[in-house]
Amino acid sequence: MDGDAFLEWLRREGRIVIVGASLAGLRAAEVLRAEGFSGSLTMIGDEPYEPYDRPPLSKAVLLGKASPQHTELPRRREIDAKWRLGVAATGLDLAAKRVRLADGDEVEYDRLLIATGVRARPWPKESEAQLDGVFVLRTRDDAAGLHRRLKASPRRVFVIGAGFTGSEIASACREQGVAVTVAERAGAPLVGALGGVVGAVAAELHRENGVDLRTGVMVTALEGDSSGRVRAAHLSDGTVVETDVVIVSLGATRNTEWLAGSGLGAGPRGIACDAGCRAFDFRGIVTDDIFVAGDVARSPHPLFNYQFLSLEHWGNAVTQAEVAAHNMISASAERQPHMWVPAFWSSQFGVNIKSVGVPSLGEQIMITQGSLAERRFIGVYGYQGRVIAAVSFDNTRWLEFYQRLIESGAPFPVEFPTVDRRPEGRQPVPADFPDPSLPSHGPTVTLSGYSPADRRLVFTPGRH
Amino acid sequence: MTQASLLRQITDYANRANPYPLYEELRKTPVLHEGDGGPYLISSYWDIESLLHDPRISSDAANLAAAGADEMGGPEATGLPPSFIRLDPPEHDRLRRIANRPFGPPHSPHKMDSMRPELAEIVSGLIDGLSGEGQIDLVDQFAYPFPVTVICRLLGVPREDEPRFRSWVDPIVAGLDPDTGREDAERQKTAQEARLQLGMYLAGLVEQRSKEPRDDMLSQLVTSHGPDGPMTTMEVLSTAVLLLIAGHETTVNLITNGMLTLLRHPEVLRRLRDEPGLAVNIVEELLRYEPPVQLVPQRTCIADIDVRGITIPKGSRIWLVLAAGNRDPERFEDPDRFDPDRRDIQHLGFGSGVHSCFGAPLARLEAQIALYELARRLDNPRLVEDPPPYRRNAVLRGPRHLNIAIDGVRPR
Amino acid sequence: MRLVVDLNKCQGYAQCAFLAPDVFAMHGEESLVYNPLAEQEQRERVARAVAACPVQAITADGLDDAGEPPAEPGQEAAHGR
Repeated sequence: MDGDAFLEWLRREGRIVIVGASLAGLRAAEVLRAEGFSGSLTMIGDEPYEPYDRPPLSKAVLLGKASPQHTELPRRREIDAKWRLGVAATGLDLAAKRVRLADGDEVEYDRLLIATGVRARPWPKESEAQLDGVFVLRTRDDAAGLHRRLKASPRRVFVIGAGFTGSEIASACREQGVAVTVAERAGAPLVGALGGVVGAVAAELHRENGVDLRTGVMVTALEGDSSGRVRAAHLSDGTVVETDVVIVSLGATRNTEWLAGSGLGAGPRGIACDAGCRAFDFRGIVTDDIFVAGDVARSPHPLFNYQFLSLEHWGNAVTQAEVAAHNMISASAERQPHMWVPAFWSSQFGVNIKSVGVPSLGEQIMITQGSLAERRFIGVYGYQGRVIAAVSFDNTRWLEFYQRLIESGAPFPVEFPTVDRRPEGRQPVPADFPDPSLPSHGPTVTLSGYSPADRRLVFTPGRH
Repeated sequence: MTQASLLRQITDYANRANPYPLYEELRKTPVLHEGDGGPYLISSYWDIESLLHDPRISSDAANLAAAGADEMGGPEATGLPPSFIRLDPPEHDRLRRIANRPFGPPHSPHKMDSMRPELAEIVSGLIDGLSGEGQIDLVDQFAYPFPVTVICRLLGVPREDEPRFRSWVDPIVAGLDPDTGREDAERQKTAQEARLQLGMYLAGLVEQRSKEPRDDMLSQLVTSHGPDGPMTTMEVLSTAVLLLIAGHETTVNLITNGMLTLLRHPEVLRRLRDEPGLAVNIVEELLRYEPPVQLVPQRTCIADIDVRGITIPKGSRIWLVLAAGNRDPERFEDPDRFDPDRRDIQHLGFGSGVHSCFGAPLARLEAQIALYELARRLDNPRLVEDPPPYRRNAVLRGPRHLNIAIDGVRPR
Repeated sequence: MRLVVDLNKCQGYAQCAFLAPDVFAMHGEESLVYNPLAEQEQRERVARAVAACPVQAITADGLDDAGEPPAEPGQEAAHGR
């Protein structure tokens, strides 16, 4: 069968398997059908639920405006899939083109899309992690459990890690009148993602809203009572905080273990793929039947000299899935590259925080509009003389302008005048990112070098 | 057609009934500058969209005055400070936040939704009043009185004062018309005087309300105690002038342009009668196809900016021709077709960015309710003349009269 | 009906919160909080909100632009299991 005939056969009666039945998996399935794929489609998901949306779990759900059981994603179209939900994929046989499932089944494919995403990084001390009242927040079940516990009027909630999720949880707790302590290893919330200048604003937001924010400390132990319920957290500064709910918010781990030994270029930093979403094998040779999308993918990005970039971003999951799905059933000449500019949002303490580009690469920041003190501003990040990222606090309508600056490699500092430029915004200042070798909550964007085999585990930021 | 004549042709009243061929011509030179300190006309969708979000573009009246043009009258001349439509952040943002408190979310989230029955009742009453007539003027008998009644109730301006404030609103609106050929200085002076008089009229109401607040926006503006503090009395007055005028002068055109378009597409009018839900999409498509605000002539650039390789120097005036962008074939498939089933309608009808239309949700509801009820209740409506006579204004474009023959009015 | 808002696209114009206030709410000046499972009785209001969104950020079951007849919520999952 020549290429064209194969493609025609694939589109008509081929077998496509999607591992990962969340946002990326669902959107990919919809695009496959929209583009005319009429073969068999199997959706494999380790959670027993149809695809649901995760961002509301730390926002609307904790605020009581949505039910944790009801954040299922709307469907853009009928996808006519065979669903294997509640069954994790446990292995992949590249040669036989088969996915092994936890229940012993095997599913054959002609094209495979891997969209297994990430999971919350658990508290490292297992016995403490298992105490009653210790939570992570990633899944619907996590959210349901946490929501129940928060409704039962806890004396105090203790959040470990002041990244976006941790901060959103603290915000929701305060809005419900629940006492909350946040412990952060770095000097301020959000510093891993947005740097110290913006982190200082975030710290003010926490404190003004009544969060007991402890920065520059580590949690050394979680203490349980005799019935196995958590009762206190011990900090590196010697203090002890009594609490009955602990939320571990230390970032995410990529779900790639099931691919160990498969021969794919998969590791702790994700699965390497090319700009067309095709997975690399461990030798650095690109496959043509296995595609990757969403949080688990790492792919080269032209904005960053084609270094591999991993993004834990909702919008990336959608666009990468759409590109992957299109490419899975298209001839080489018809394929598209995935060139999404990273974009991210968070809502906390009534403030809308959004970013474009990769702030964590920034050497300097300039407040080009508004003011840090008013918490309404645009901050622009510079890297090697060009604009690399921007962040907005309640100023989102200007952000697309800055995205265009990033895309066009506009020079930094920003010399031209802008409306609402204040004296503080005339000069760039150091963006003040912490040493990335001391991770805390971590950024949601990671540059991971040039190796498709993901052997380089030490993150070396480009600015050094 | 020479380029130099295009701006004049667009503002020329003779072309009011159908400016779209001119816009098509205009888009061939997406950044048009006639020289002589004239404005730069921007007409392609993507350029307009990006300039509406560009922080190097100012809406500040002071910058415009410095650029040598002052279509709306400067602050000194009127005695009233500029309203937020003519300010940049942070002043714009602060005033708009305060104005929004009694109007919409987060502080008044149910305000708009709760007005729906009242809007429907006003519409029904006006249509009842058309019964027994064989020919109606939709503008004078419906499309004007409806939004006027609504904005009067919302603000707390006595409806019976309409003849008074109309005598001031008309010259103010005429002052918005960038028809540079028509005794411009005189027109601006009249507009400024009218604005001051309208402000003084509203000052009387505001004084009353500050003593005896009622359930209306004037009262809420003078008694606002949010984190941004209250507006000054002068700020309340210029905001009230803005809301009163913008609250009806644009909606009258949206409704009239809408009915005209439906009468030109009778199959859509028939469908609407049986599908009330269609009104939602029809109004969005109208905002693209026949936007009530055709262009934004009040922006200035505060830095040199490049658009399509052309440098627009700092201090230049910029006209964003929204109605041309809305028909840009690079953005919309078959843009000159009125398609009530169009799904991709990200129109520029309400602008975009921080200055996007404050009253958009109200205008949407008013137009949806009005067009559906007209479609449902007017029996066999026909255009008496096509095109109808237009208002002079090139910015706020719409028919001055829309005479429609009807066989009767169906019951409620 | 299920719905989702692309909050990268969202620029806080609040049209949805004006038009369907029991489904969409502004949390502060610019942040949108919404119920991803709107009551069926909100359908008309949600349709208004979807159409009014200036950045086309709202996807809702059966109201989207895919042109397919709307699937009943949950139908697919039910017959797929």
